[in-house]
Amino acid sequence: MNFVTRALLELQETTLLATRAVGGAFKRPRYVAETIAQMDAIGVGSLTIIILTGFFTGGVLTVQTFPTLKSYGAQSQTGYLVAISLVRELGPVLCALMVTGRVGSAISAELGSMVVSQQIDAMRALGTDPLRKLVAPRLFALLISLPLLTVLADVLGIFGGWVTAIALYSVSSSVYISAVRDGITTDDLIGGVVKPIVFSLIIGAIACRQGLGTEGGTVGVGRSTTRAVVMASIVVIIADYFLAKALQVILGTQ
Amino acid sequence: MSSSSIHISSSPSVSENAAGSTFHEVDDLERAIPAIEFRNVVLAFDERVILNNLSFKVMKGETKIILGGSGGGKSTIIKLVLGLLKPDSGQVIVDGEDVTNYTEYQMMSIRKKIGMVFQEGALFDSLSVYDNVAYRLHEQGVPEDEVEPEVRRMLRFVNLEDAIDKMPIELSGGMRRRVGIARALIGDPKIVLFDEPTAGLDPPTARTICELAMKLRDLEDVSSIFVTHEMNNLDYICSEYAVVDDEGKVVFEREGERLCLINSKVMMMRDGKVIFSGTDESLRRAEDPYIKRFLRGH
Repeated sequence: MNFVTRALLELQETTLLATRAVGGAFKRPRYVAETIAQMDAIGVGSLTIIILTGFFTGGVLTVQTFPTLKSYGAQSQTGYLVAISLVRELGPVLCALMVTGRVGSAISAELGSMVVSQQIDAMRALGTDPLRKLVAPRLFALLISLPLLTVLADVLGIFGGWVTAIALYSVSSSVYISAVRDGITTDDLIGGVVKPIVFSLIIGAIACRQGLGTEGGTVGVGRSTTRAVVMASIVVIIADYFLAKALQVILGTQ
Repeated sequence: MSSSSIHISSSPSVSENAAGSTFHEVDDLERAIPAIEFRNVVLAFDERVILNNLSFKVMKGETKIILGGSGGGKSTIIKLVLGLLKPDSGQVIVDGEDVTNYTEYQMMSIRKKIGMVFQEGALFDSLSVYDNVAYRLHEQGVPEDEVEPEVRRMLRFVNLEDAIDKMPIELSGGMRRRVGIARALIGDPKIVLFDEPTAGLDPPTARTICELAMKLRDLEDVSSIFVTHEMNNLDYICSEYAVVDDEGKVVFEREGERLCLINSKVMMMRDGKVIFSGTDESLRRAEDPYIKRFLRGH
C-alpha cells in the first residue's frame, strides 16, 4: 500500500470513527457523566499549560514587535498587533498544539492500553459500543473545552503583552488597551472560535483513531501515541491555513 | 455409587435453581437447538489461514473444551462467537440466530446473552471491583439497590466478596481472573466463553477457576467454550462434577458410575483445523502423533 492510499484510508477510518461516535452520542444510554469527567481532565487539567503558554506568548510578541514598530514610530500599535496575532492565529494554533501534546497523547495512550489489555474487547463483549462510551465523550469534551481554553489563552496573551509593554517599554496602559480594542473585530472573534472547534474535532478524532488502532502490545501503544501527536499537530497546522483562507472568503475580509 | 467427594467449596452460594438445574427433561425441544454452532467457517488474515472450514456445535448445558497449541485459532473462535471478528465465509449461529452478518448494533443484543472471561481478566483499570462486576447492569440502567445484591452474589460465587472495594491493580492474577468471571456471569448469561482463563496461574488458583467452570456447567446449566492448552484443565473439567450436598454446599465429585453427568466434550485444533472431536477418554486413546505429543507434553 503506497503512501497516498494509506493516507486516504486513514482519513476514511478517522472520519467514519468521528461520525459514528457523534451520531451514536444522541442514542441511549448517554454518557453525560463520562463527558463531564473528560471535560474536567481535558479542560481543567490543561489550564496551567494554557495560562503559561498564553501569557508568555503575548509577552514575547510584545518583546519581538515593539522595537520594529518603534523604528516606524508605530509603537502605540503594539496592542493592536498582539491582539490580532493572538486572536486570529497564535491563540487557536498554539492552544491546539498544546492540547494535542497533553490531551491527544493521553487519549491515544489510554485507548491504546485498553486495546492491548483487551479492555476494549471486554467492553464490546459486555454490550457497550466503545465509540459511544469512550470516543464520543472525549470528542464532545474537546469540542467544548478547546474553544474556552483558546479564549482564555487569547485573554491571557493580551494581558501578558500589556504587562510586558508597560514593564519593559513604558507604554501607556490606555494606549495599549485602546490599540487592542481597535485591533479586534467581530470577524476575528468568530474566526478565533471557529478554528478551535474544528481543531478539537481533528485532535479528538485522530487521537481516538490512533489509540483504538493500536497493534503490537506496549510497544504499539508508544507508536500510536507518537503517531497521534505528530499527525494531529500537522493536520492542525494544515487545516489552519485552509481555515484562515476559508474564513476570509466567508466573512468577506479578504 | 462409587463417586467420592474430593473438595468442598467454601462458597455455598449458587442461584436458587442451581440444584434443580442439574437434571432436565430430555424432551425439551429448546435444548435440541445448539447454544453455539459453526458451519464451515473460514477466516484468513491476508495470506494466513486462521480457521479452515471449521464446523462444530456446543449443545445447551455443554462445556466444549478447545485444546491446541498457541496460534492454532482457538481464541479466534471466541471472537467470532462474540462478533468481535467476522468470518470470510461460513456461518456462526448463536442460540439459534445466524449472527454471521449482524451489524455491531445487532450484536449488542446477542452479546447480552454471553459472558466472556478473558485471558488476563481484562478488567477496567479505572473502575473498582464493584464497578467492574456491576458494569453490565450499570450500562443497562438497573437501579443501584438492585445492582449491589447481584454484585455481591456474583463475588460470593467466585469467593471474592472481601475484594469488592479494591481496584484491579491491587489484585493478584488469579483474583483478577475470578473478578473477570464474576463480571462475565452478572445477568446470568446462558453462554460463557473462557479464553485461556488459567494461563500463567499457579495450580491451586487454576483449579479454582476450573471449579467455577464446573459449577456453571453442572449447577447453572450454562453452555460454555473453554479454550485452553493446559491438560490439567481437561482432567478437572472432564473427570469431576459439581453437586450441592445436603447442607447446601457445593461439592466436587470424581466421575464414577455417574460418568454420564459430565457434559463436556473436547475439540482439538491445529493450524485452524479440527484434528479431534469427542470425549476426553477417546482423546487419550487417539493415535494421532501430534495429539499424543500434546498429551505427553514433550
